[in-house]
Amino acid sequence: MYQIVKAEQLADKIYLCVVKAPRVARSCEPGEFVIVKLHGEGERIPLTICDFDREQGTVTIVFQTVGASTEQMASLKAGDSFRDFVGPLGNPSDFVKEDMESLKQKRYLFVAGGVGAAPVYPQVKWMKEHGIRADVIIGSKTRDLLILTDRMEEAAGSLYIATDDGSAGAKGMVTGVIEELVEKQGKKYDVCVAIGPMIMMKFVSLLTKRLGIPTIVSLNPIMVDGTGMCGACRVTVGGEVKFACVDGPEFDGHQVNFDEAMKRQQMYRAQEGRAMLRLKEGDTHHGGCGFCGGDR
Amino acid sequence: MEEKRDMMKKVPVREQEPLVRAANFEEVCLGYDEAEAVAEAERCLNCRNAKCVAGCPVSIDIPAFIQEVKEGRFEEAAKVIAASSALPAVCGRVCPQETQCEGQCIRGVKGEAVSIGKLERFVADWSREHGFVPAAPEKTNGKRVAVIGSGPAGLTCAGDLAKLGYEVTIFEALHEPGGVLTYGIPEFRLPKEGVVGPEIDNVRKLGVKLETNVVIGKSITIDELMEEEGFEAVFIGSGAGLPKFMGIPGENANGVFSANEYLTRSNLMKAFREDHDTPIMNAKKAVVVGGGNVAMDAARTALRLGAEVHIVYRRSEKELPARAEEVHHAKEEGIVFNLLTNPAEILTDENGWVRGIVCRRMELGEPDESGRRRPVEVAGSEFEIEADMVIMALGTSPNPLISSTTKGLEVNRWKCIIADEQNGKTTKEGVYAGGDAVTGAATVILAMEAGRAGARGIDAYLSQR
Repeated sequence: MYQIVKAEQLADKIYLCVVKAPRVARSCEPGEFVIVKLHGEGERIPLTICDFDREQGTVTIVFQTVGASTEQMASLKAGDSFRDFVGPLGNPSDFVKEDMESLKQKRYLFVAGGVGAAPVYPQVKWMKEHGIRADVIIGSKTRDLLILTDRMEEAAGSLYIATDDGSAGAKGMVTGVIEELVEKQGKKYDVCVAIGPMIMMKFVSLLTKRLGIPTIVSLNPIMVDGTGMCGACRVTVGGEVKFACVDGPEFDGHQVNFDEAMKRQQMYRAQEGRAMLRLKEGDTHHGGCGFCGGDR
Repeated sequence: MEEKRDMMKKVPVREQEPLVRAANFEEVCLGYDEAEAVAEAERCLNCRNAKCVAGCPVSIDIPAFIQEVKEGRFEEAAKVIAASSALPAVCGRVCPQETQCEGQCIRGVKGEAVSIGKLERFVADWSREHGFVPAAPEKTNGKRVAVIGSGPAGLTCAGDLAKLGYEVTIFEALHEPGGVLTYGIPEFRLPKEGVVGPEIDNVRKLGVKLETNVVIGKSITIDELMEEEGFEAVFIGSGAGLPKFMGIPGENANGVFSANEYLTRSNLMKAFREDHDTPIMNAKKAVVVGGGNVAMDAARTALRLGAEVHIVYRRSEKELPARAEEVHHAKEEGIVFNLLTNPAEILTDENGWVRGIVCRRMELGEPDESGRRRPVEVAGSEFEIEADMVIMALGTSPNPLISSTTKGLEVNRWKCIIADEQNGKTTKEGVYAGGDAVTGAATVILAMEAGRAGARGIDAYLSQR
């Protein structure tokens, strides 16, 4: 069992848990992820690592409720535990292994969409700890859905905010901010790291391709084991099939086949919808989901 | 028993009716009862120079345990088997006996071989049901060994070392132990709670510790285990987990799965049960590509989840690598075999879901390097099979996660760890390996043989230090 030492709600449907997992905390790096499983009957859910404390032996995860399992996770409190918590999985971000001297010459732009701010944070924090101030753009639908802005402010060089409704920062999409910074203000970036919803990463990649900025994206496809066994997470990158769990999760955004990846994310949408219905209706559920047989 | 028995024939084993079992996940084979087991044991000739023992990768003293069964001394029979095998209830169910012990049986020269597998299973089940527990060593020798992977190789190696007094910890990457016994082989062939769980518990009762959720190479490396956690030797039994795909168009469509994914969802995650959260696709018509045991397992799982199932295999029935019993069971349950057929393309609808598969007919040409006749495409023979799900069961290869993170551990060009067959010794001092991680995908019993060899190698190494 992996005990939760702290649990808080960051925004509507977005939650943070600090979990005691010494083996993961000891070896994880920015860019990697974990898989959690709430209870014996639960799913294995891949989640990016938001932060870690090697001394305390804790790992911080952030998740958004999207289905029945994450909905159950939302009610967790300090003192509760996950039955399983495994990691780190995937590969660290490339810069972790890069030569420091050449890395210090590079200007990084991080672009975080929605809950994507969580995996971006440890990367920006790592940069700061190594004396590099990177620029960060956080985008969300509205002000209330922005997360981790305080922590990011502290770690970033400049922090830019964009909301769809203009309730905080610039009104519009993160791509608008990138255009503003690069085309209007004439800022130069050597690398862009974009993490967020698949559709955001697709459009950021299209834009940065036009702007000539190499771009890394972090993919979060469906997966089961997370160690290369199942192949559920296969994505096409530069015409080659890759497994996001062992070859990624970070890939060259200009090479990723996002349309295929987005279709693959829909794989279990019908089943997930039914599971959500069962969870919401609880004892009052008597069929209609087409799955439980209660209406037969 | 009838008055005049035909001693040339096996005592038939009771099975669930094909049409009943095709709709449930209960075990297909029901096994012998005491009277049936004794009757079958009476068929054993108790050969002085028993060839069956040589046919068994772990050299169980087969005539000896069968003699005990014949006399009704089932606990004694269990002790004979336990001296050579840590997982008899598993092996009695999944070993390819027809090519091993039973393939060598003298009784089989003129009639049917003795049902050694079914007798082994009976003894194992009887001893479990009667609470027979292997005895743990009274004290340990204080030497610590790490075993990576809790599949058949790892469990066997750990059990053998524990019996010799070593303090063994098994590290498992998944959340449940058992490796392929847990994620790969379905419930209807190998019950998890009833059979796999108790056999793993028996290994624990020998004093073996088991830590799940540790991915060696990521959570911690082998070098760290040896340098920082005080393990004096390591056995790698991490299996061959990476699935292969064909590389044909449409393979990333929704509804195309590796057999590994499909079976892991059903077996490990129990997606076939409504009280578990992991989803699995309920197909109307499934095509399973491949002819091995894994293909049979995937096909029969899809059938039980309500699909019409076709197996597509490029060679003929004779070359099917699956055990004869599995093919027989699959056919009885209504699975259609499209033999001498090879997929060329997976067809998709406008939303990216599978709608069919284009195949070509094959004919057998000259033997290839495996000795089997090479399938050759028949020109202009393309045809379509309608399907909403395609499962690729084309074999697996070892995961490079461990070899790529361990200094001095060498692999061959198939990413298999190089290890001595006799003692499991690798190119790195103190590190031993065996099972699918070394050979590529093979069988449970061969992995157990390698686990046993690794334990011998480690014992010899640590005894010298």
